[in-house]
Amino acid sequence: MDRRGFLKTLAAALAAGSARVIAVEFDPFPPAPRLGKPLSPVGERSRFEAHVRRYISPNLPSLHTGAAFAPISELDGIIHPGGLHFERDHAGVPEIDPKKWRLVIHGLVERPLIFDLETLMRMPTESRIYFIECAGNGQNGYREPPEPTLTATRSRGLVSGAEWTGVPLRILLEEAGLKPEARWVIAEGADASAWVRSIPIDKALADVLVAFRQNGEALRPENGYPVRLVVPGWEGSIQVKWLRRILISDQPAMSKGETSEYTDVRPDGTVDAFTWVMEPQSIITRPSGGQRIELGFHEIRGLAWSGFGRIARVEVSTDGGRTWQAARLSEPVLDRALTRFTFPWRWDGKETVIQSRAIDEKGNVQPTREEFFRRWARNNRYHYNAIQAWRIRSDGGVENGDPPLAGTRLPPLAAGGCGGEVLDG
Amino acid sequence: MVRVLPLLVLVALALAFAERLGLGRELTPEELRAYDVTPVVLPDGRGLPEGEGDYATGFEIYAFECASCHGPNGEGAPFDRLVAAEPFSPELPPHRFAIGNYWPYATTLFDYIYRAMPFQEPHRLSADEVYALVAYLLVENGIVPEDFVASRETLPKVRMPARERLRIDPLTRELYPWVELP
Ligand code: HEC
Repeated sequence: MDRRGFLKTLAAALAAGSARVIAVEFDPFPPAPRLGKPLSPVGERSRFEAHVRRYISPNLPSLHTGAAFAPISELDGIIHPGGLHFERDHAGVPEIDPKKWRLVIHGLVERPLIFDLETLMRMPTESRIYFIECAGNGQNGYREPPEPTLTATRSRGLVSGAEWTGVPLRILLEEAGLKPEARWVIAEGADASAWVRSIPIDKALADVLVAFRQNGEALRPENGYPVRLVVPGWEGSIQVKWLRRILISDQPAMSKGETSEYTDVRPDGTVDAFTWVMEPQSIITRPSGGQRIELGFHEIRGLAWSGFGRIARVEVSTDGGRTWQAARLSEPVLDRALTRFTFPWRWDGKETVIQSRAIDEKGNVQPTREEFFRRWARNNRYHYNAIQAWRIRSDGGVENGDPPLAGTRLPPLAAGGCGGEVLDG
Repeated sequence: MVRVLPLLVLVALALAFAERLGLGRELTPEELRAYDVTPVVLPDGRGLPEGEGDYATGFEIYAFECASCHGPNGEGAPFDRLVAAEPFSPELPPHRFAIGNYWPYATTLFDYIYRAMPFQEPHRLSADEVYALVAYLLVENGIVPEDFVASRETLPKVRMPARERLRIDPLTRELYPWVELP
């Protein structure tokens, strides 16, 4: 729309009295009249930011299993502060004294080994920026009809980005010496549920980190203090936190976390095991559900990521999906990391639907809701990565704009599982 | 399998010749046993401890240790349903997935209960008690007859209905063609 056309619709919208244009109110905002707070050994957030918190569903039957969503509606950037990184626990957060921490590597190895934290920290390290995403991210998308009050945080907040520093798992396996029959790395956590997951040996040797730093500091307890696995691009539940043991095996464990949970149902009733790689995602975080916008210019902002590699392109539609345009990707665009995208936009006061879709460097395209449910069953719980649409109402309010599925006769389905608002395990 | 073996062989060779840092300390078998408090149980039964348990014993332990969270008959309130009320179907809502219609391996039951249940105070029950609970839950789910005795020998042989529907994700098959389901 050209400027004249824009002004015309603007005038019309104002006449209709629907959308708002709020002029900036004058405030003299003088410099501080006296000394501020003294130096502090540990910095804290401004008290005015106290409302920016992880979202925890009020419906969880227990706060010891469930998820806290990163408040992505209110954050920008590809690195999340430690205290706002999403959290998913299955038996609470253990308190681990780093002096007591030990890691044992045993099974199909030449020599079973035990490490303490000091020894681990002497070893060669790597630092990488990766996203970690719970397989249950997007689970609210399984609700049908779509929930109008959904926010970006509740839609896709089970993802976070961080810089992880640790010892490549390969180096630890070299120390123990793999036997030729070694095929699986079975990792166990030191939480009360002694969480167990199996990783194929070639992935373990390729790029898995035994991480002890998150954004340069020690891991947050909720993220595995003192040591966790980081398994780039794969579902979060395999990135075992509070790591205490690595068993080298010729068979996977088929643990509860890779059978009863984190398996995926297809429309024909087949259940897929080992759905490891996180497929491309993107979400507009601003403007997004629950926010309210005014007439005129807005930078549309969001995040995109893919477990297959770098984000190649993000496309944005501001007209309900009729036309799509390329968004600008903010550098750095990293392999299996969150990528920021921006798109300049003027809102003319008319109701519309905005949405984004991600395409990764391997050519994988984020699906529509319809496309998604052709691949996965309605009662599946994980790996929901369909496009999230936001409806801008004519009063500027933003709400879930996802289309209901055509021709479904199924009753409303509440989501369950990891971080679902109704937890079913 | 054949196609990827060369890769694994190369990997093994690379590791065999890699220079070790000489860090970490070798564990004695006694130390390893003391560390292995929550043994990883594999579908072929490796990792299962000695012991056994039956339905009647499991029934009593269940009422005392588990019913408050999983329901007197495993119907799942406030926490997960343990006894399936119907066979699996794509219309079944996820909160009705349970052992009888969704769990593909009986060995997982022992592994999980031994390492993680009861929720608030886990890895406290003896192997015999957990075998009894597994027997109880398998019977309640209609998978084995009431005289079934759960043990290291019997559990790996139990066929679970959900195993028929389990397969490897096609994408994973492509990336890791050697991966097989036990
Ligand atoms: C204090 C409540 C509580 C008690 C008591 C309890 N459980 Fe659980 N149970 C849970 C919770 C919560 C979960 C889900 C854990 C998670 O999110 O990973 C669970 C999960 C399970 C599961 C896995 C269910 C599935 O389909 O994934 C099994 C099996 C189980 N419990 C068995 C038992 C047995 C047997 C006992 C008695 C020894 C027991 N539980 C006692 C709370 C409890």
